[in-house]
Amino acid sequence: MTGEAGAFGAPRVLAAKALDQLITLLAQDGYEVIGPTERDGAVVYDTVDGAADLPLGRLDEQEGGSYRLKSSRKAGYFHHVVGPHNWKRFLYPPHQVLFTAARRRGGFSITVPDAAPPKRAFVGVRACDLAAIQKQDTVFTGRDYKDPGYAARRAAALVVAVNCTRAGGTCFCASMGTGPQVGPGYDLVLTERLTGDRHEFLAQAGSQAGADLLDKLKGRAAKDDDVKAAEAAVTKASRSMGRTMVDGVETLLKENLEHPRWDEVARRCLYCANCTMVCPTCFCSNTQDETSLDGNEAQRVRTWNSCFSIEFSYIHGGAIRREGRSRYRQWITHKLAHWHDQFGSSGCTGCGRCITWCPVGIDITEEARAIAADKGRTKT
Amino acid sequence: MNTAIVDPMIPVPYQVRSFQKELSDTFTIELTPASGRRPFHFKPGQFNMLYAYGTGEVPISMSGDPADPSKVVHTIRAVGTVTDTLMALREGDNIGLRGPFGSSWPVEAAEGHDLIIVTGGIGLAPLRPAIYHVLKHRKKYGKVCIFYGARTPEDILFRKDLESWRGRFDMYADVTVDRGTGDWAGPVGVVTNLITRGRFDPHHTVAFVCGPEIMMRFSVQTLNGLGVTNDRIHVSMERNMKCAVGLCGFCQFGPTFVCKDGPVFRFDRIQKIFPVREL
Ligand SMILES: Cc1cc2nc3c(=O)[nH]c(=O)nc-3n(C[C@H](O)[C@H](O)[C@H](O)COP(=O)(O)OP(=O)(O)OC[C@H]3O[C@@H](n4cnc5c(N)ncnc54)[C@H](O)[C@@H]3O)c2cc1C
Ligand code: SF4
Ligand code: SF4
Ligand code: FES
Repeated sequence: MTGEAGAFGAPRVLAAKALDQLITLLAQDGYEVIGPTERDGAVVYDTVDGAADLPLGRLDEQEGGSYRLKSSRKAGYFHHVVGPHNWKRFLYPPHQVLFTAARRRGGFSITVPDAAPPKRAFVGVRACDLAAIQKQDTVFTGRDYKDPGYAARRAAALVVAVNCTRAGGTCFCASMGTGPQVGPGYDLVLTERLTGDRHEFLAQAGSQAGADLLDKLKGRAAKDDDVKAAEAAVTKASRSMGRTMVDGVETLLKENLEHPRWDEVARRCLYCANCTMVCPTCFCSNTQDETSLDGNEAQRVRTWNSCFSIEFSYIHGGAIRREGRSRYRQWITHKLAHWHDQFGSSGCTGCGRCITWCPVGIDITEEARAIAADKGRTKT
Repeated sequence: MNTAIVDPMIPVPYQVRSFQKELSDTFTIELTPASGRRPFHFKPGQFNMLYAYGTGEVPISMSGDPADPSKVVHTIRAVGTVTDTLMALREGDNIGLRGPFGSSWPVEAAEGHDLIIVTGGIGLAPLRPAIYHVLKHRKKYGKVCIFYGARTPEDILFRKDLESWRGRFDMYADVTVDRGTGDWAGPVGVVTNLITRGRFDPHHTVAFVCGPEIMMRFSVQTLNGLGVTNDRIHVSMERNMKCAVGLCGFCQFGPTFVCKDGPVFRFDRIQKIFPVREL
């Protein structure tokens, strides 16, 4: 996609300082700009006022159960990869008020909160994360029932994507077919280049809004060499990925629901639900009711939940998935197998977050591989 | 994307038109829209999400006559926080409702076959609309049998209905209890024992089964043993449900969402995952 002139114009080369200008332009257009920024030792997504808020010169070292930021002269604005945050927190917030019920004589009335969505620009959306957003689009707006809040927030969002030229320590997007090259669906895509004293972006528009921005940012027409260099950097990142998902994992898991590996992983898992919270595609939510002290007003709230919680499968008489093995199995088989039946694709993008942020370093690719190596075994 | 779509998570206020106690812990409520919302049609086996002000929301099947959409009828067993609150409802009180949701008993596809209904406890409530439908169109079916199990004679739900069904010449209804009390002279034992007593042609029979998973498991085994194949057996599954519209993820059962792919499943479509423990 970076190569040819797309429907929205040819690629252009922007100087590094154009990033600050881009953020200013977006703000002038009325967007709340959300981008990567360093906080408490990690790169998170939050409001940014200018390029200075981005983690220039910072690199993340990630492994199963560990994350560390360090400074590097080789790092530009986007050489870090994904952190503990994901974009779903903006499109499907962790805490949503569904309605307020006010007690009235003879009953109650229901008020739905004003749904006018904020106009937001997401800057620095990785290939895997754009794929994750698209998977959630299918969940929330692509099946029988639609979530109007999600649909409205999504429609109001502008996506400035970034091609990864460096793979993180736990990334495996290449084997999930989601990255590191950004696929369609962005408004603007950037590939950052930092060599010697040259620091610039190759930029390509993917929508009219993106093309308008690029017009204002000017820069110069990209030459063949610029495009080739960018592509080579992305290919290199792809080849350097240390992890892969085993082939045929969908069928593999469906046919190994009683594999002894579930017991083995259950002994290591802490059921903390970190993996599901950091996962950009996990969408499960609970609803709760809160009542004012005088009882005259009640609210119904929707909060993120996880298949690792015991309440998740509770029905009168006790939870269905009492054992840890059943809960871990639910998570990984949903992600890698049953998601295909439900939504026509895998539920995993290969972003690696669940591996990095698991306190005991449980690795989804390794669990799948362990079953593949020993398939067909059942618990005795 | 269209921003004007209605939120399927928002209930509509309804009013309790009547409250009737069925058993010590079970009651039936009839609801009517609080403000001129038009009555909705439902199919036997479908359910609504009922919201008790400030307490919570639970899935409850329709238990009334599908031919009369002016009456929204639910039969509920009080087992916990929300259902206890619902049990305190009285005539004129408000309740929130959204629905109807989910798949239904295939009453039309069963035409031309013998039909047997196997159920226990509160499981009779979600089947009553199917029974009403079948009796209204009685000529379209072959033999019709109902097998019902309750814990004790005092726990027999819809006793009047069962007695009237039992009194008809064009159907067979049999009731068993786990534990006989008082002057109970009927069968004692599990409901699967009754199945073998009914006279129907297993090779031309459609079965609807609703009850606890363990009871459904044994019923399916018995039916299979008689020659009723899994593609003619339908069961209703139960899972925790927070949304009923495929968005919250709670009700997942393997590849399915029980709220929208179920609750009624043709058994051959879930036979592979049904026996998997804790799925
Ligand atoms: C499709 C469907 C149809 C149903 N139809 C009926 C009916 O017609 N009559 C009837 O009496 N009951 C029915 N139930 C069961 C009923 O929904 C539960 O008894 C009820 O949710 C219990 O909630 P509680 O707050 O009173 O209990 P608690 O034990 O306090 O429950 C806490 C929470 O767990 C969940 N939960 C608990 N038990 C169940 C359960 N068995 N199924 C699903 N979620 C549960 C609920 O979300 C509840 O809010 C049906 C369930 C399903 C899935
Ligand atoms: S399962 Fe893990 S690797 Fe896959 S998308 Fe979720 S967090 Fe990323
Ligand atoms: S796999 Fe890791 S992150 Fe997920 S619940 Fe278990 S311990 Fe927590
Ligand atoms: S109840 Fe929410 S997905 Fe089925």
